[in-house]
Amino acid sequence: MSSQTQNPIMRDIALFAALGVLVLVIFVSQGAVYSVRMLVEAGCYGIIALGLTIQWGYAGLFNVGIMGFIAAGAASSMLMTFPRNPDFWNSGGPELAGLFIVKLIACALALWLANNSNRWGVGPRLRALLITIAIAVSYLVLSFHMTVMSEEIEKASGWMGGLGLPVFFGWIIAGVIAGIIAWFVGKICLGLRSDYLAIATLGIAQIIKHFLKNADWLTNGTLTVSPMPWPVPSPADGEFLFARAAYLSVVAVALLITYLLLQRAYHSPWGRMMRAIRDNEEAAGAMGKNVNRRRLEIFILGCVLMGIGGAMLIHFTSIYDPSGFLDLNHTFLIWVMVILGGSGNNRGAIFGAIFVYIVWVMSEPLAVMLFDAIATYGNQWLGWEAPSDFLSRALQMRVFVIGLTITLVLRLAPQGLLPERQARH
Amino acid sequence: MNDLVFFLNKGITSGLIIGSIYALGAIGLTLIFGILRFAHFAHGDLMTLGAFVTLILAAALAALGVTLPLPLAFVVMFPAMAITAVLAIGLDKMFYKPLRQAGARPVVLVMASVGVTLMLQGVIRLFAGVRSRDMFVEAPKEIYRIPIPGATRNLVVTEPQILLMLFTVVAVIALHFFLTRARLGKAMRAVSDNPDLARITGINTEHVVWATWIIGGSLACAAGTMLSMDVTLKPDLSFNILLPIFAATIVGGIGQPYGAIAGGFLVGFCETLAVFNWSIVLRPFKDELWFDLPSNMSLVPTEYKLMVPFLILIIVLIYRPTGIFKGRVL
Repeated sequence: MSSQTQNPIMRDIALFAALGVLVLVIFVSQGAVYSVRMLVEAGCYGIIALGLTIQWGYAGLFNVGIMGFIAAGAASSMLMTFPRNPDFWNSGGPELAGLFIVKLIACALALWLANNSNRWGVGPRLRALLITIAIAVSYLVLSFHMTVMSEEIEKASGWMGGLGLPVFFGWIIAGVIAGIIAWFVGKICLGLRSDYLAIATLGIAQIIKHFLKNADWLTNGTLTVSPMPWPVPSPADGEFLFARAAYLSVVAVALLITYLLLQRAYHSPWGRMMRAIRDNEEAAGAMGKNVNRRRLEIFILGCVLMGIGGAMLIHFTSIYDPSGFLDLNHTFLIWVMVILGGSGNNRGAIFGAIFVYIVWVMSEPLAVMLFDAIATYGNQWLGWEAPSDFLSRALQMRVFVIGLTITLVLRLAPQGLLPERQARH
Repeated sequence: MNDLVFFLNKGITSGLIIGSIYALGAIGLTLIFGILRFAHFAHGDLMTLGAFVTLILAAALAALGVTLPLPLAFVVMFPAMAITAVLAIGLDKMFYKPLRQAGARPVVLVMASVGVTLMLQGVIRLFAGVRSRDMFVEAPKEIYRIPIPGATRNLVVTEPQILLMLFTVVAVIALHFFLTRARLGKAMRAVSDNPDLARITGINTEHVVWATWIIGGSLACAAGTMLSMDVTLKPDLSFNILLPIFAATIVGGIGQPYGAIAGGFLVGFCETLAVFNWSIVLRPFKDELWFDLPSNMSLVPTEYKLMVPFLILIIVLIYRPTGIFKGRVL
């Protein structure tokens, strides 16, 4: 492949310098307030893209459910940090919610016992029966409790409201929740071929979104929650530019820390082992490496980063709207960032995130302009009447372009703009 | 008796219908998975594409003033199946074959199919918008109401539902004979079982790949058309239809067409019966029950319908990753 130049360092510098010029052009042409907003969002995407690049680039795991982890992170962070809802705390709601958690733990315990009953000499038939009973009973108990609880809470107080904790704490919880979900998914799928992981992550993402959209009692459903608290003084207190710049610095610090840690991990024995597993699973297994366990580790780590990045992104937009989580924006766009930037290369992921996000944001007015022009000239020259939803179809054009980019990059430049640099030890 | 008829209408009929649609989709998916060895994520949009081809043909015929005893959409479905099969082969040539020849890992092919699904989605919605469309361009669909003795309610079956069930039966039988009797069908099974051995024995893998896409593409078109004839043509189904079909494929065992059929019906019935309101069936026994009958007693609320195939998928992956028909774990 000709994309591997003689001097990779020069390539890094050249590409990042070009990116800097691009950002500068946008600063000059669009104004500072807008550009800082774009940079903050690009930085959050950068953290998410780093999460993906360690899954895909370090370990070869195919995760198509990034949206789900972003949504889970954002929702849990929202619940932690949003101010308390006094109506809820004065009603019978907390009691019901507490009881739900107790039941949840009891059911998990029962399921665990049934699953491990073979250790205490229970035969396979009986074990299967026990598992079936445990699943059925826990489902009935939990779903019945949830129906009652959601009705009660919605009647008494609309929704639960948050806990009013500091935002940084909320972000950590976002990572923890995303990691727990990843543990479940990974535990089930990582022993099998990567296709299964893709299917399962796709499914879990749709389900998380469906759940958040319908769980009015927990997250206010589609009624949205705003304003989300900021870790820095929010624009309501001061002017936009200052507040956004402060947020940008928080995001930049987080991105930098993540990058440095991941860079260290990549060059450590752990990172070397990961690449060994990615490149030759059998050989790594024969060397005594626990392939599934290492994969689970990296899958969870990646999803934690996605959860944190997602929480940061949604806090910044200051409105939590479960319908706003889209496969296109929150899964496939990130895939384009990672494979275009160069999978397995952390700098590539960051470059890809910022570059692709700028192109993405800039392409929106361009696509609308293009479609507007087509509609106008089509009407003038050909007498063609554009359909009423013509402008909304401009979005579909972008779906097509994202798909085309994925297939073309895979075929023509599978290593991306900044290829992975194999470290020699 | 009325309650039983309600159960037949809402539980059994819709389970059969959605089950056959999933089965038709899953057959193609399982063959692609077994022979080309990757999870084809673009299958859901291939179904939508097929349905759109049918719709265009039907609308063109209706504009010419053609009337037939059967619904136009059903008749033009057969040429549409051929067109979709050609399109599927074209997609393979353009996007999957180069990767296969470059010796890419299977997961790269999965990713390419995600790219293809986005492109199909984009093209379909770019030209057709996102609103639902009616497949019955010439006349509204016929609905048969069959009176049942002893009940005031009728058993309701629509014309497309009957056609769908007939088509599924014929397609399954034809597929069975193709796979067990025809040379190419046997070759497909051989490649699915052991590609290297099949190549050594002189099987033309190229033909097998074509046959896979022809069967997969045409059945996807049929499934998409039937689904949109039963309700409406929704251009934004893609991932929502993909998940149950994947579940059906994996439940049935990968590379097992019969398993895919069984899995399709299993997932279809689980889905309909899980969202079915059981309190209506239990109403006649109201007095003998030990609890008060709630007005709505479905196992899963309708808005969480998607959870059913996912849970089936998860349970199968945990306890029996080979599926019920002992497919492979790739």
